[in-house]
Amino acid sequence: MDEKIFITGNEAIARGAIAAGCKYFFGYPITPQSDIGEYLSAELPKIGGAFIQSESESASIYMLYGGAMSGERVMTSTSGCGFALMAEGISYISAAEVPCVVVDVMRMGPGIGTGGQQGQTDYRYATSGAGHGGSRCIVLAPASSQECFDMVQLAFYLTDIYGVLVIVLTDFIIGRMAEPVGIRTIDFGPVPEKDWALVGKGKKEGRTDRHFGGASYPPRSVGMSVPAYHEHQRQKYQNIMDTEVRYETYQAEDAELLLVSYGSSARVCRGAVELGRAEGLRLGLFRAITVWPFPREELREAVLRAGKVLVVEDSIGEFVDDVEFAVLGQVPVHLLGVWGRHQAGGSGIIHPERVLEEVRGLL
Amino acid sequence: MSSENKVKVYGAPSLRSFIPILHCPGCHYGAIIRILCENIEELGVGDRTVLLGGVGCSYTWPMLFVLDGAACPHGRAPAMATALKRVHPDTILITCQGDGDLGAIGLGCFMNALSRGEKLTTIFLNNAGYGMTGGQMAPTTLLGQVTTTTPRGRDPEIAGYPIHVAELAAVMKGTAYSARVTVHTPANYQKAKKAVKLALQKQIEGIGYGFVEFLSACPASWRMTPSECLEFIDEKMLAEYPLGEFKNVDRID
Repeated sequence: MDEKIFITGNEAIARGAIAAGCKYFFGYPITPQSDIGEYLSAELPKIGGAFIQSESESASIYMLYGGAMSGERVMTSTSGCGFALMAEGISYISAAEVPCVVVDVMRMGPGIGTGGQQGQTDYRYATSGAGHGGSRCIVLAPASSQECFDMVQLAFYLTDIYGVLVIVLTDFIIGRMAEPVGIRTIDFGPVPEKDWALVGKGKKEGRTDRHFGGASYPPRSVGMSVPAYHEHQRQKYQNIMDTEVRYETYQAEDAELLLVSYGSSARVCRGAVELGRAEGLRLGLFRAITVWPFPREELREAVLRAGKVLVVEDSIGEFVDDVEFAVLGQVPVHLLGVWGRHQAGGSGIIHPERVLEEVRGLL
Repeated sequence: MSSENKVKVYGAPSLRSFIPILHCPGCHYGAIIRILCENIEELGVGDRTVLLGGVGCSYTWPMLFVLDGAACPHGRAPAMATALKRVHPDTILITCQGDGDLGAIGLGCFMNALSRGEKLTTIFLNNAGYGMTGGQMAPTTLLGQVTTTTPRGRDPEIAGYPIHVAELAAVMKGTAYSARVTVHTPANYQKAKKAVKLALQKQIEGIGYGFVEFLSACPASWRMTPSECLEFIDEKMLAEYPLGEFKNVDRID
């Protein structure tokens, strides 16, 4: 049986990274994720790795890029404004197809927002590629400490398999809430050898590798024409969309109204389903686990079966755009957003009772 | 005479790749590339060297060496080199960056790498302007110098003063070596070669950061012939940017 410990989502991210064999972390302090770096600054030197506190998130992402070229598993974490500073680097990493993981523990925005409290306001930015030039990232949205621990390991596997940057998208609630976590190292299977790593040609029988971070130069497609390079990128993203969609449903089979959500808001929705079912309301939940690729087909089927849909997210509506796109206008999509919070201050959250109140208005 | 009887007295260094130098006629980068190749060969570290270019004219440099390498986003080579060095401490990391790349967009990145005491070597290419984008003002542009963005000459009231990076690097504790050199005369070429060797040795011996600033001709953006460029360096650039070693220590306490 797994060892069980009681830890926050942030600590689960840090421990999960170590479980995945990540020994190098580069990061800059920003609420609400600074404890990820704090934990790793203590632990990584013990296992022969390194923690570097960067001077900015711009530096973090370029340390990550350089670290990814080293062939080792590397990670950074950030939030909101810091995540935005990483945009250029995320695009370069995507172009170069070097594997690495970025954790974004979302905080309320825009701008300085509420100074680091809860919000799900980086969704659109993260899922639309998080960089210039049409790049894409896989985005995983864990909803518990256990999923943080497991999904950061999955993130390292997926980035090694596809050469696509993987973003683990959590938020203040998931990052700061403590829950029991089963400690387990997950074996996802073999990953490609990183024979392109910049270790000096002496360790590669004299062969040299060069990375340029631009069209026609990534390590897995050297010397391609510009259209061939973009076709290679397109096929890679299509392959991910075809094979890596992950989602979860709860009481959705006979639901008359489907709640659709992700991350911490999906936890709230689960509570609302239980409250509603106790009253005899046929509620169900559809939770996206990969938010890019988005479970479009699966969501459309579930929504059409239920006939009514309510999206819950802690923003003015970002995730809802993907739901609208999946549903293709076949049923109305309702949204409960940041206005559903229980209080006006920065520490307000949407409670299950408020979701249920919204549901009653729709049934 | 058959080829067996020929003795090679001069030729391309073995670390130069087959790709031709991609710079303009009269540009000094070819000579600086040779200095780098020769020093890496003579120090015997080619098998473990990783060379990083920046954005601008040094973007193509990783192609020109038979070394592992990468071209870095604008100004970010010191951050990327930091990670590569920390993951593989036995590698030798060289960043090659222009004056826009290091002196403007990447100044913070560079200074913070010095501040952290990284064991890296940086070759800084000061040609008093932006070459690849067509001759705009750089932080190193001389006062009064006409560029495409200082059409009436650089006015300090509008555009500030030339930045002295070699002197700036020398005040940082983590710097083991900082020098400014040129390749505009044969004697200076020899001095420059020695400076680059010292800057590499500081990294190889684990002492600290090694930094060499090259004053370098840019005939295309200066709108001068190659020989006029030599005069410009001699008369104008040396007056603003004195040559010499600004720091050379064998230990950082």
